[in-house]
Amino acid sequence: MKEKNLSRRHFLGLVGAAGGATAVYQTAMAMGLMQETGPVAMLALQSAGPAGKKVAVLGAGIAGLTVAYELERAGYEVTIIEASHRVGGRNLTLRHGDRVDEMGYDQVCNFDDDPEMYFNAGPARIPGHHHRVLHYCKELQIPLQIKANFSRPAYKHDPERFGGKPVLMSRYVADARGFLSELLYKAVDKNVFDEPLSAEDRERVLQFATGYGDLNSKGKYTGTRRGGYKSGGFAKPAEHHPIMDFGELLDSKFWAGGLTNSENPDWGEPLMEAVDGMDNIIKGFVKNIKRPILTNAQVQSIQNRADGIDIIYNHKGQRHKFSADWCFNSIPTHFMQGIPNNLSKEYKAGLASLRPGNFFKIGFQMKERFWEREGIYGGITSTNQKINQIWYPSHGIHGKKGVVLGAYAFWDQSKFFERMTPDERLRFAADCGEKIHPGYADYIEAGVSIPWGRMNHMMGCGTSWSPEARDRYYKMLQQPDGRHYMIGDQISYHTSWQEGAFASAEVALLDLDQRVRAASSTSRKG
Amino acid sequence: MNAARITFVAVSVLALTTLARAEGELPIPADEFVYCTVCHGVQLMGNPTIEAPRLSGMESWYVENQLRAFRKGWRGKHEMDLIGMEMQPMAAALSDEQVKEVSAFVSTTRSDAPPSTIDGDADKGRTHYSTCAACHGVRGEGNIALGSPALTGLNDWYLVTQLRNFRDGTRGSHAGDTYGMQMRASTRLLPDDEAIQDVVTYISTLQEQ
Repeated sequence: MKEKNLSRRHFLGLVGAAGGATAVYQTAMAMGLMQETGPVAMLALQSAGPAGKKVAVLGAGIAGLTVAYELERAGYEVTIIEASHRVGGRNLTLRHGDRVDEMGYDQVCNFDDDPEMYFNAGPARIPGHHHRVLHYCKELQIPLQIKANFSRPAYKHDPERFGGKPVLMSRYVADARGFLSELLYKAVDKNVFDEPLSAEDRERVLQFATGYGDLNSKGKYTGTRRGGYKSGGFAKPAEHHPIMDFGELLDSKFWAGGLTNSENPDWGEPLMEAVDGMDNIIKGFVKNIKRPILTNAQVQSIQNRADGIDIIYNHKGQRHKFSADWCFNSIPTHFMQGIPNNLSKEYKAGLASLRPGNFFKIGFQMKERFWEREGIYGGITSTNQKINQIWYPSHGIHGKKGVVLGAYAFWDQSKFFERMTPDERLRFAADCGEKIHPGYADYIEAGVSIPWGRMNHMMGCGTSWSPEARDRYYKMLQQPDGRHYMIGDQISYHTSWQEGAFASAEVALLDLDQRVRAASSTSRKG
Repeated sequence: MNAARITFVAVSVLALTTLARAEGELPIPADEFVYCTVCHGVQLMGNPTIEAPRLSGMESWYVENQLRAFRKGWRGKHEMDLIGMEMQPMAAALSDEQVKEVSAFVSTTRSDAPPSTIDGDADKGRTHYSTCAACHGVRGEGNIALGSPALTGLNDWYLVTQLRNFRDGTRGSHAGDTYGMQMRASTRLLPDDEAIQDVVTYISTLQEQ
C-alpha cells in the first residue's frame, strides 16, 4: 500500500536528516508527541564548531557533570571549576573517614570501615518517572536496587497521642480508611447529597466504601486484618489489632504527613537507589569525563565578552583567568550577589530573588539491626518530633549492623538543628529515637549530621522560588545571558532533586546546540 | 582625528593595565579562610541574599574584637540574632593565632563601595549623627582609641540591622562586652526605626565623598 500523506514518523525522519537528534527531539516536543515526563532522548549534540569549543563549567554537581560529559562527547574542551574539596555537590554518600565540611564544624565520618556502612546525605531516592536520572544510570551502568519507602510495619509516632507510643503504620492507614469509608457509607445510604445519587450509583459507591475501608455487611467499620496481626495467624488463630479512637487519630494529624507521603509521585513506590551509595552516579560521570576536574577552585569573577566569557578563579593560592567560549554555571544562586559579574541587571535581579532552602539529615550507625526484630525491613517511621522521620536501610538485610537515617528535617525544622553543635544534634535525635524504639540510643555507635544550610560552598538545598519570582524570572534564568548559562536543580521545578539538575542541564545544552547549529550554517554560507 | 583616536587607544590600554594590576594585587585568602568568602563574597564584598555584610578593608583591630566577641558568645548567641548564630560557630572554631591572621586578611580585601539601599532623610540623619560623631568621627572614620569602628564602607542594610540589634538588646547586652554595652546605651538617642533609617542614610553620604 502506498503512503499518500506524510506520516509523523516520516516527517520526523526528514527533520532528523536535516537537524540531527536535537531537532527531532525539539520538533517532537513541539508536535506534542513527547511528554516532558517521557523517556529521555539521547542528546546527540552537534560537534563544537566555529562558535567555539572552550567551555567553563562552574560546579561539579549533577548538572555540571552532565554538561561536561555531554559536551566532551561532542568535541568540546571542558574545564570544570569546583569550589569544594570534592566532586558531587549535594550528591554525597558518607563512609568511614569521609570529611564532612560543615562551616565551623569540620568533621570526619566515624562509621566502621565497611562498604555496607554508608549514608546518602543528599539524594537518596529515585522514582520511576525521573527519566533523566534513570537514563544516565543506564548509560553509565550504575546498578540500582529497590528502596523501600512507605512501610506498613514501620510506625507513626505522636508524643501527644496514643500514650506517646508508636503505632503501626498499617493500623493508622487501615483505621483511617475504615472510618472514612464508614462515613461515606452512611452518607450514601441516607442519600444526603444535594443531587441524590441514582439507585445504581448508590449501590456502586456503597460497594466501593465497603471494599476501600473493609466494612462489614452493614457498612460499619469494626476493624480489619489490614491493620496487621497482633498475634497468631499461622500456627495459632490470628488476633488483629483493635480499632483506634477516631478522634485521637484525627488529633494526631497523621493525615498531614505520613498518611499521604507515598501519594506524592516523587515518593511513590517503588523507589530506587544506587547500589552501594548514590554517589556511584558521580563516580560514573567522573570515570567518563576525560579532562581533570579542578577542586578547591573558587570563582572570583564572571565576565561576559562579545565573543566569549572570562572566568577568574583562585586555585592553590594563585589567581587564574580562564577565557572560555561558553560558561555553564551551577554555583548556588544565593552566592551570586557575592561574586563580581557583568550579567544583565534583570538577570542579577532574578538570581537575587531566590533564597536558599534548608535540609538536614542525621546518619546513625547502629550496632545491631534491632528494627528487623520488629518486622521492619526498610521504609520510614514518621514522627511528630523534630527529627520528623527515621529511615531503615533497604540494603544489608540481616547483616550485623546498619546505618539508619536518624533525622530528616526541612526548612525551619532544619534551622533548629543547624543552630546546635554536631554533638547536641546527635544527642537530641537519639532522645527522639528512644521514644520510638526503646534502647535506641544504646545501639548508636557512630553518627554524623549534615545541615545543608551550613555546608561549605553550598549553604542551602532546595532553592526557594516565590510565585512572583517564578512568574517574572524563571523563563529568563533558563535562557542564557550572553555566553553564560545558569544550571542546577535551582533552575527547575524540582529543586533539591537530581532530576531537576539533569533537566536544567538538558535545557541549557539544547539551547547551546541550537546556537551552534545556527552559527555553523551561517559560517557555511559565509 | 587621528590624534583623538590615538588618545582613545592610549586611554584604553592604560585602563586595561590598571585593571590587570588591580586584579593582580587582590589578596588571596589562605585555604583555611576561604570559607569566609563563601558567605561574605569575593573580597568580602558582602552578599545581601544571605545577609552576610561587606567586610572589605575593615580595620583588623575591630575584626579581631568582633571575632573574639563571637567566640565568647557576646555576639551570635542571642535567640533573636538568627544570622549572628550562623556566624558564631565559624568564629568559635578559630584559634587565637587564626583570629589575628584572618583579621589581617580582612583588612587587605578590596571591593567596590556598597550600593545604597536605604532611602531615609539624610538631613534629619545628620542631626542624629552629631552625637555618633563623638566616637565614630565626623566623617565616620572611626577611632581606635575609643574602640569605635569606621562606619564608611559598610552595607547600609547591615547598619540598620545592627542598630536595631543594639536597641533591642540583641547585641551589646552581655556584661563583658563593654564597647557593645556603650553602643547599646547610645542607641537610645535614636527614638524609632525612622531615626535609624535617617542616620544610616546620612552615614551612606559620608562614604560617597
